[in-house]
Amino acid sequence: MVTTLPATATMLPESELSDPQSGLIPKMSARSVSVYYGAKQAVDDVSIDIQTKYVTAFIGPSGCGKSTFLRALNRMNDTIPGARVDGEIMLDGEDIYRSGMDVVHLRARVGMVFQKPNPFPKSIYENIAYGPRIHGLAEGKAELDAIVEKSLRRAGLWEEVKDRLADSGTALSGGQQQRLCIARAIAVDPEVILMDEPCSALDPIATAKIEELIDELRGRYAIVIVTHSMQQAARVSQRTAFFHLGKMVEYGKTSDIFTNPREERTKDYITGRYG
Amino acid sequence: MSPSILLLLGLGLGLAGWLAARARAWNFRRDIRNEGKGGRLAALPSYHAWYVALWIVLPVLVFAIAWSFLAPQLVTGWVLSDPAAAGLPHFGFERRAILDEAASVALGSAPGVFNPLAEGLVEPYRLAFAKVRWIGIAATLVIGFLGGASAFLRLRPEFTARTRVERTIMTVLLMASLVAILTTLGILVSLVFETIRFFGMVSPLDFLLGTHWGPDPMGNPLNPDPSRYGAIPLFWGTIYIGAIIAMFVAIPLGLMSAIFLTQYASPRWRSVLKPALEILAGVPTVVYGYFAALTVAPAIRDAAQAIGIANASSESGLAAGLVMGVMIIPFVSSMADDSIAAVPQAMRDGSLAMGATTSETIRRVLIPAALPGIVAGVMLAISRAIGETMIVVMAAGAAANLTANPLEAMTTVTFQIVAMLTGEGSFDHPATLSAFALGFVLFLVTLALNFFALRVVKRFREAYE
Repeated sequence: MVTTLPATATMLPESELSDPQSGLIPKMSARSVSVYYGAKQAVDDVSIDIQTKYVTAFIGPSGCGKSTFLRALNRMNDTIPGARVDGEIMLDGEDIYRSGMDVVHLRARVGMVFQKPNPFPKSIYENIAYGPRIHGLAEGKAELDAIVEKSLRRAGLWEEVKDRLADSGTALSGGQQQRLCIARAIAVDPEVILMDEPCSALDPIATAKIEELIDELRGRYAIVIVTHSMQQAARVSQRTAFFHLGKMVEYGKTSDIFTNPREERTKDYITGRYG
Repeated sequence: MSPSILLLLGLGLGLAGWLAARARAWNFRRDIRNEGKGGRLAALPSYHAWYVALWIVLPVLVFAIAWSFLAPQLVTGWVLSDPAAAGLPHFGFERRAILDEAASVALGSAPGVFNPLAEGLVEPYRLAFAKVRWIGIAATLVIGFLGGASAFLRLRPEFTARTRVERTIMTVLLMASLVAILTTLGILVSLVFETIRFFGMVSPLDFLLGTHWGPDPMGNPLNPDPSRYGAIPLFWGTIYIGAIIAMFVAIPLGLMSAIFLTQYASPRWRSVLKPALEILAGVPTVVYGYFAALTVAPAIRDAAQAIGIANASSESGLAAGLVMGVMIIPFVSSMADDSIAAVPQAMRDGSLAMGATTSETIRRVLIPAALPGIVAGVMLAISRAIGETMIVVMAAGAAANLTANPLEAMTTVTFQIVAMLTGEGSFDHPATLSAFALGFVLFLVTLALNFFALRVVKRFREAYE
């Protein structure tokens, strides 16, 4: 069920045309990945290539394994007792599950944004500064300030919070909190950002802002987003993978998946037959 | 005359009221059905039943409690107004003893009188007890009946018994929580009176600022030597052993074991270690006392002598403090464990997903978020440590030394309270009364400590919700 991506330049968004490497070498690639929770298999033999400068959406009904697979991409499943991953997942050609892999380093390169905004109960500034501090990315206060400002600007939050960086991050609205979490992830300068249903706890206006933000961020990072909303997948992604019952049913260009799916099951899901 | 008879009576009346009210409510229901216009009772029959039952039982309960305080006073009053009481001595132990003797004979719990004066009082007591018993029962019946009847007459098909019962339950719960608060107040008030008596004999300044403790229970009670009532060595000993040495042991060990248990231990390790740790809290303190006195204190003395400290005492604040620290590890660790485990998984995930290690996550995210619980555990542990007596009695010695040297013998407030109250002085001797003053100040210190800790927590906590 491996679908190799078409590498022709005509498929790429216009902004990428100048970059000859784009779309050729996958940023991350998974081969025959299965994930088990104890005896229960949550993900079954999934293979996929994730390109940089693309937004890749994982869609599918609840319990189809899309979030579990997402968490396998930066080894967040390690924190769940009894979770086990088979197969291989490569980041820039390096197996992230090989022994001796530095998980801490991996997670700095592959950041994550969660379903429910989870800012730390610290000030807005400290939330952003957390990652750069633990990874030693800044020398001195001035550099740290610059990173905080840059991250907040990229997350489109700077104008809203620049006068109250000392306020608690938990005092922000839900949508602002989620953008704070995105800024926090950006602050350590990751290469891939994983987003696990980042808008499911937000109202439509906040959702629109996050989607806009995702679109702006796409130029710099490989973004993988799990979503329940097919409209959202259609709006923000260039590649879509459809998961069902732990298997990846279909993977391809978002426009193809939504207008001309090859698999019957994809079509049924897209047209609202189930899910 | 025991209030339990009244309570049983009240419960019986309550049951009758319950059944009667339920039957009445069922009647309402049947009538409504027969009318056939639809509509229904505003509350289920059982709520009508509970409403009436509560209106019977609660007033009786209140009466029974009040009566159990009032009845002995009435009995004594009646007996004393009897002509046979005229020959009693005017006050003191003897008068009390004679009255008690007559009362126990009248109740049948003693075979016969020893003091001839009591002889004449047995009969008045018997009469008074009988009178009180009958008044109590009659009043219970009247109160229960009146309460029940007034509630019963209020029952209507549209009567909202359900919300009334809800409100009554809330009131009962409120009362229950007030009991604990009132008890604390009662303790405080009883301490205050004796403390004031003591401060009438020894100036509070001498007591709070003096540095020499050595009350003489045999001395002249009317002219105590204030320079022997300086409590500073005691409070210093208490703080030094309970809040400094013990906390040096308990806070790091307790916190680290809590972190290990919540963050690193596999479920199997946890299931073994956590109960084992909690057993520590169940060991009687006297057993810790043995351990401190027979094992730890000599070991510390030997170690001190080995490194050249010749005058090391075989009883030391260090031994008591160390063992006390071990004793209170479970207080710190189980509160810290609970509050760390209560920090949402999302916080942990957020930090780990940023590439933080587990220990960075614990240090920078979990502990700040769990701070209120951790501090509460530490406060509980400190209160427990400074109230601890047995270990100090056995291992720290009784000498009120004002010293910072942990190898010397020292003593604590609680130990001196015991020593003064069980000493040979009479009850109104300042040496004995000083125990109350010590208790009162200790109470205030603990209160201040808790208040202060709450403020600190409020200031520094990182609220995650």
